[in-house]
Amino acid sequence: MLYFSKLRILFITLFSVLFILIASSNLFKFDDDFFDKKINLGLDLQGGSYLLLEIDNEPVIEQKLQNLTTTIRNYFKEKNIKINNIKIDNQNIFFNVTNNDKQSVLDVFQDENSDLNPYYPRFKSHQLEIEDTGLNLKVNFSRQGLIKLKTSSQDQAIEIVRRRVDEVGTNEPNILKRGNNRILVELPGLDDPMRIKSLLGKTANLTFRFVTNDENDRFGVEKLKFENGLEEATVSKRIIISGENLLDAQPKMDTQANQTIVSFTLDRVGAKRFGKATSTGIGKQLAIVLDGKIISAPVVRDTIASGSGQISGGFTFQTATDLALLLRSGALPAPLEIIEERTVGPDLGQDSINAGMIALAIGFMLVIIFMFVKYKIFGLITNVTLIVNLFILLGVLTLFEATLTLPGIAGIILTVGMAVDANVLIFERIKEELKDETNNILAFDGGYTKSRTAILDANITTLLAAIILFFMGSGPVKGFAVTLGVGIFTTLFSVYFIARLFTSIYVSRNKDKEKLI
Amino acid sequence: MIAFNKYYNHFNLLSSVLIVVSLLLLIFKGLNFGIDFKGGTLIELRASDSKINVSSLRDRFNQMDLGDVSVKKFGNDTDFLVKFENKDNKKNIIEEIKTNLDKSFGNNYDFRRVENVGPKVSAELLKSGVIAISLSLALMLIYIWIRFEWQFSLGAILALFHDVIVTLGVFSLFSLEINLSIIAAVLTIVGYSMNDTVVIFDRVRENLRKYSDIKIFELTNISINETLSRTIITSATTLLALLAIYFFGGEILKGFSLAMILGVVFGTYSSIYIANTVLVRLRVSQKTVLREDDQK
Repeated sequence: MLYFSKLRILFITLFSVLFILIASSNLFKFDDDFFDKKINLGLDLQGGSYLLLEIDNEPVIEQKLQNLTTTIRNYFKEKNIKINNIKIDNQNIFFNVTNNDKQSVLDVFQDENSDLNPYYPRFKSHQLEIEDTGLNLKVNFSRQGLIKLKTSSQDQAIEIVRRRVDEVGTNEPNILKRGNNRILVELPGLDDPMRIKSLLGKTANLTFRFVTNDENDRFGVEKLKFENGLEEATVSKRIIISGENLLDAQPKMDTQANQTIVSFTLDRVGAKRFGKATSTGIGKQLAIVLDGKIISAPVVRDTIASGSGQISGGFTFQTATDLALLLRSGALPAPLEIIEERTVGPDLGQDSINAGMIALAIGFMLVIIFMFVKYKIFGLITNVTLIVNLFILLGVLTLFEATLTLPGIAGIILTVGMAVDANVLIFERIKEELKDETNNILAFDGGYTKSRTAILDANITTLLAAIILFFMGSGPVKGFAVTLGVGIFTTLFSVYFIARLFTSIYVSRNKDKEKLI
Repeated sequence: MIAFNKYYNHFNLLSSVLIVVSLLLLIFKGLNFGIDFKGGTLIELRASDSKINVSSLRDRFNQMDLGDVSVKKFGNDTDFLVKFENKDNKKNIIEEIKTNLDKSFGNNYDFRRVENVGPKVSAELLKSGVIAISLSLALMLIYIWIRFEWQFSLGAILALFHDVIVTLGVFSLFSLEINLSIIAAVLTIVGYSMNDTVVIFDRVRENLRKYSDIKIFELTNISINETLSRTIITSATTLLALLAIYFFGGEILKGFSLAMILGVVFGTYSSIYIANTVLVRLRVSQKTVLREDDQK
């Protein structure tokens, strides 16, 4: 155990130096990409906002079922199969069939090539499930159908969220999927997430619809409130143009009326429809509806064929800017709810870094003094090893650009405290060996060999705990798991290679010394 | 040599009492769950005006109809921690609070940290915390079961349960807050306690093979003594590191490091006085380990 070949010594030295260099790269700026790696600071250390959003898929499901009833009705009408009394209840579609037609209806839903009910061969499942309850049939989404629906609305939502966050222009946001109905948004350096929160909280579903007094409007009508919450208007359900038809939207100052407005440009389809509607609807009020509330309802005075227009509604410059941003980035497929928020101000983050570093320095000093007092020369070896170990640990974290959190710093300090364990196990064993063994080298050899299983056991148990923490923990706690887990490997390396190298050098030079340890 | 085995019975009794008391505390008093597990809102606030203190803050917050509000000093005189249930999970609650506080205190305060955990998330976090701790106990059990004979496994697991339950018992007794970092601490305690036990067990097994004529009662004592200086030094350095975190690592890490300190103390104690006594009570002998060796 005490013999080291020259090659191995070279390897150990190179390896340690390499990681020390990588660790110190945190302090300098490199032009080269490979060397310019840094430990990422977690949101709790650099300040920033963590938002967990949940997509409310209920309206999407309702809407899809609504569309499905129409599709189903038309489909069977075309095939001359009679179905009637079709209605939605509690996310199920019910309809009646006659005895004669029942089997053919069931066949349509269960046909793998059905264009009414898509089949997913990978999951061996249809989009819709049909339940045979006599002559009244029940249709609803299958498990896979619901999952498809959720993932597709998540895909759309994450895209819109990304656009909105990018438009606000925070640095390096992190936007990730969580499960099939959640989106995680991490905004480093953002002190006050209120604006982003309010932007993400809006679905931004924009429609232009005529105000009508005709209760028997062909498309149906609904009563909607104005933004101020006081007035109300009856609005047709017929949509002239919607947010999808917008090419661009910008806040502008209307110098004539001396107010802030949002001007917009429509795509070709939108411009056509807008032109037609404004030419037939002169004198009528056109309501601009956002998320079920009327922003304003100006009277159409002229045909607008240019494909551009403006929205006024008593905006401040800020609200106009935000509305334009929302319109540009598009509507969310479903409402989002912020179900978890954690925001840390930058000065608290800096305080945490300072406190963590002071604790690390003090903890380190205490352990080093303790070890030196207890083991003298071997304490010194342990301490040098500890320092190299700390650098290698930081080096590994840098190499993988790991995220360092406050609990992560605690993990490093704890690693310092526990890292001496392996060396202590070895040294104590050597002491025991020296009681019956007069040959120093043999005693040291025995100490290393006989302590190995205990050291391995001890580290594996801690590693198991760290692994579970890594997979179950979130955010800051994950950072703790990372430093604790990586710390185990660097500790084993430094104990078995660095400390053993020093020990072997010392022992071979003092072969015959009595009371070596 | 210290006669640890003289007190096996005394300390077994003490441990039993500790466990029973802790369980009673956990059942009847319960744990003080933080917003991570209970849901709600937390605001860490720093004041630059001496008018802002616990009572004036409590007054303001109580007027805002936020449900149960708790206001505490946090670390020093200018920092405060405000927690409330936010029962209706109001959307713009932080904005409302800011406007409200502005009226009374002007610009003389600053929100340093805001956390808002919805009821769904807190329930999930609690569930995953419980799963994490159970999973780690199960993994330790499997590991020790592979490495040692069943008598040893039982001893180690009993020691683990003792450490986790008593640590949580202390948290219940003093109504210390349980949050995500405490779960991390408990998991680390599980790892540490196991580590400590395994080192002694390793020696017990080695000695069982070596001496056929020494009874387990004596043998555990010999093994404890042989590994004693290691036990002391490792707990000492770990405790030194943890004390550094507790006193200098800032308010946020206080609960975490306290749980770890308790865990290290209990873990060291239980390795000696629970894990080993199980071996004695189960009359582990040389045959126990040799039989296993034969099978391998």
